[in-house]
Amino acid sequence: MASSVAPLALSASAAAIRENPKRIGVGKRGGNLFFKGKAFGRVSLAVAVNVSRFESVTMAPPDPILGVSEAFKADTSDVKLNLGVGAYRTEELQPYVLNVVRKAENLMLERGENKEYLPIEGLAAFNKVTADLLFGANNPVIQQGRVATVQSLSGTGSLRLAAAFIQRYFPDAKVLISSPTWGNHKNIFNDARVPWSEYRYYDPRTVGLDFDGMLADIKAAPDGSFVLLHGCAHNPTGIDPTPEQWNKIADVIQEKNHIPFFDVAYQGFASGSLDTDAYSVRLFVERGLELLVAQSYSKNLGLYAERIGAINVVCSSSDAAARVKSQLKRLARPMYSNPPVHGARIVANVVGDPTLFNEWKQEMELMAGRIKNVRQRLFDYLSQKDKSGKDWSFILKQIGMFSFTGLNKAQSDHMTNKWRVYMTKDGRISLAGLSLSNCEYLADAIMDSFHNVS
Amino acid sequence: MASRAAIYRGMMWKGRSWAIGSRSMSSWWSNVEPAPKDPILGVTEAYLADPSPHKVNVGVGAYRDDNGKPVVLECVREAERRIAGNLNMEYLPMGGSIKMIEESLKLAYGEDSEFIKDKRIAAVQSLSGTGACRLFADFQKRFLPDSQIYIPLPTWANHHNIWRDARVPQQTFRYYHPESRGLDFASLMEDFKNAPNGSFFLLHACAHNPTGVDPSEEQWREISHLFKVKNHFPFFDMAYQGFASGDPERDAKAIRIFLEDGHLIGCAQSYAKNMGLYGQRVGCLSLLCEDEMQAVAVKSQLQQIARPMYSNPPLHGAHIVSIILSDPDLKSLWLKEVKVMADRIIGMRKALRENLEKLGSPLSWEHITNQIGMFCYSGMTPDQVDRLTNEFHIYMTRNGRISMAGVTTGNVAYLANAIHEVTKST
Repeated sequence: MASSVAPLALSASAAAIRENPKRIGVGKRGGNLFFKGKAFGRVSLAVAVNVSRFESVTMAPPDPILGVSEAFKADTSDVKLNLGVGAYRTEELQPYVLNVVRKAENLMLERGENKEYLPIEGLAAFNKVTADLLFGANNPVIQQGRVATVQSLSGTGSLRLAAAFIQRYFPDAKVLISSPTWGNHKNIFNDARVPWSEYRYYDPRTVGLDFDGMLADIKAAPDGSFVLLHGCAHNPTGIDPTPEQWNKIADVIQEKNHIPFFDVAYQGFASGSLDTDAYSVRLFVERGLELLVAQSYSKNLGLYAERIGAINVVCSSSDAAARVKSQLKRLARPMYSNPPVHGARIVANVVGDPTLFNEWKQEMELMAGRIKNVRQRLFDYLSQKDKSGKDWSFILKQIGMFSFTGLNKAQSDHMTNKWRVYMTKDGRISLAGLSLSNCEYLADAIMDSFHNVS
Repeated sequence: MASRAAIYRGMMWKGRSWAIGSRSMSSWWSNVEPAPKDPILGVTEAYLADPSPHKVNVGVGAYRDDNGKPVVLECVREAERRIAGNLNMEYLPMGGSIKMIEESLKLAYGEDSEFIKDKRIAAVQSLSGTGACRLFADFQKRFLPDSQIYIPLPTWANHHNIWRDARVPQQTFRYYHPESRGLDFASLMEDFKNAPNGSFFLLHACAHNPTGVDPSEEQWREISHLFKVKNHFPFFDMAYQGFASGDPERDAKAIRIFLEDGHLIGCAQSYAKNMGLYGQRVGCLSLLCEDEMQAVAVKSQLQQIARPMYSNPPLHGAHIVSIILSDPDLKSLWLKEVKVMADRIIGMRKALRENLEKLGSPLSWEHITNQIGMFCYSGMTPDQVDRLTNEFHIYMTRNGRISMAGVTTGNVAYLANAIHEVTKST
């Protein structure tokens, strides 16, 4: 206990100071902090130095994903590739602010809108368009007011709010997450104290979906578990179920009374079409299932740093939706009071204006198109250069920003150490950080790492 | 609850075959009760719904000009002009904008603070004041799981929610003296003395919310000395720097006293009020450590807490703050504008008190001008507040807190009259 430890430390240091005023204080790191104070003379020597409460705080490990960019920045080599964090880059490897975003921001500036607090649930105009975008404006669940939508801090914040809600109202329930999944999912559920377990997902033999394993594990879980599903463009593998497979997954979930929990971070970004990418969510909704959906506009509108997203809970009645929304708000208030306004206004302006909305769809097609081209080029080089007969077509079958290369940790490290290709240790590369002109270099690096390192 | 659901199901599904395992019409969320309305934010909702032309909103603490309109500061507009449509939107580092943090620390700790030079402050950008307090509460829970937090009575309602959701047990210490509508200094010191050594205390650096009652400089020095004797940890919530007196340096006095005395403080800063950036959610959490190495470790752990909450903080507001504080002209403009806001509030305090005295109120209203910052703890009871709302369409929180920011030359007489009406027979 802090209070029992501190007095001992205090009296020791007080004695030390009386003995020898120049002696450094207790504490592992020493540091003559007390004597650095200017007004030392005011305080009597009987009152001892403050040793920090946080003595025992150790250095946290670098974040496996965000830490990659930091390492990349620190690397001074001429040739280096940042295929770490999933942030879209142009062919020139520059960050890309969408034209519609610039236009929306200029509009907002002209209008001179105020900066008052949003309500806890966020900007009403944003909440409306985000739900319409996800479910389709004519979807019965929207028409019947059965969706509780709360603006949140991008995908992470939406997931965290949902996790806190699960912890409060379903304290015995587990969340099933795919193996592998986005690194931060586990942190989120851990910090929210929601137990989780994994369902098989990635099959290293095919570099594809272990569909039977997935269904079996979902079936084996206790009834009423939450099943975390990536709506499209699975992160980190890029491997999505086919429509037929989605139907079977829905069957099993219904059978087991599980609750589907979709993480939709790439709507529009995966295939280039907003509606196509919403297929899985809409299918489950059509089945009449109550479900949760976390949304993010980081990638599809390039609004990464503005932290804009939403948590949606589809309920069986509008009354339930109202109650759920009120409780989500109650969880948000002691986290951050109300969400940031800027990103919400941008989304509301872009989606709410037909011209801007169409322009957005075009820009999204361009972004998704660039990724597809890069996949093709990489595949072409690999097939050309690799005489081993290995099937690299998974690169074309995978979708979205990421590709699971199938490289293991040692091989991934080799990619970085020898080739200066920065990626995450699970073998994930972000194609968004790859230019056509770099594909050959990357192909060489992958082949070297795959064949020559175990 | 269960039987209601059953009746509902019975009514709706009579005669229909009910697919086994189908949960389409019954709900997972049947045990989810509607949450009570937030006591503060709920006031504005009620105000907005009121059609009366005389209505006055002295509820939520958001600054209004003399026409009752929200204000976007000129320095903010200028900063926005410089960034609109230009900047990229890449993720900030998990700890937030380095520039904004640097400037924030200068503001709180002093432009030439040796602690900044020595890199002893672990600091991260936070989601305004709320986010800063929550990050600290979670950090406290993680690294000092047996500790508690002592919170002043009364305090901003959300403080209780924050430490509760962070699962840190709470205690209160006496603060407000109802009879004098001032500080109950003797009880305050007694509570500090009686708490176990090394306890954690939440202190409002200036412009206490909701009372507006602050310790004097001399009283702060005594508190600081006592904290040294007791080895207490001071966590300052500073949501109104600059906004209280009009002078940011003066408003940081309590913090500076503690720093001089060698305390290793924690501090939550917010730009919601003093820069009018409410909806942008910009703030900073800082912890003064023994040395640079410890500061680096602590910062890394704070980031570790932020990552599963929101990954990294929002850019726009942080950018505005950095631009303003790092540009001498803009900073100087900001200082002027913040003084204008503070002065207007001080002016309205005078006006409200004078009006009440002119009306011949039997009560003393000295406290209106003694108190400082956005809020005035009027001393009115919940019943009196209800009368103000129901009879006069005046909206405020039921603890009798008046947000002076909502008082204007246009409504001060009306407000005084209403307050007089409901209190004259006290």
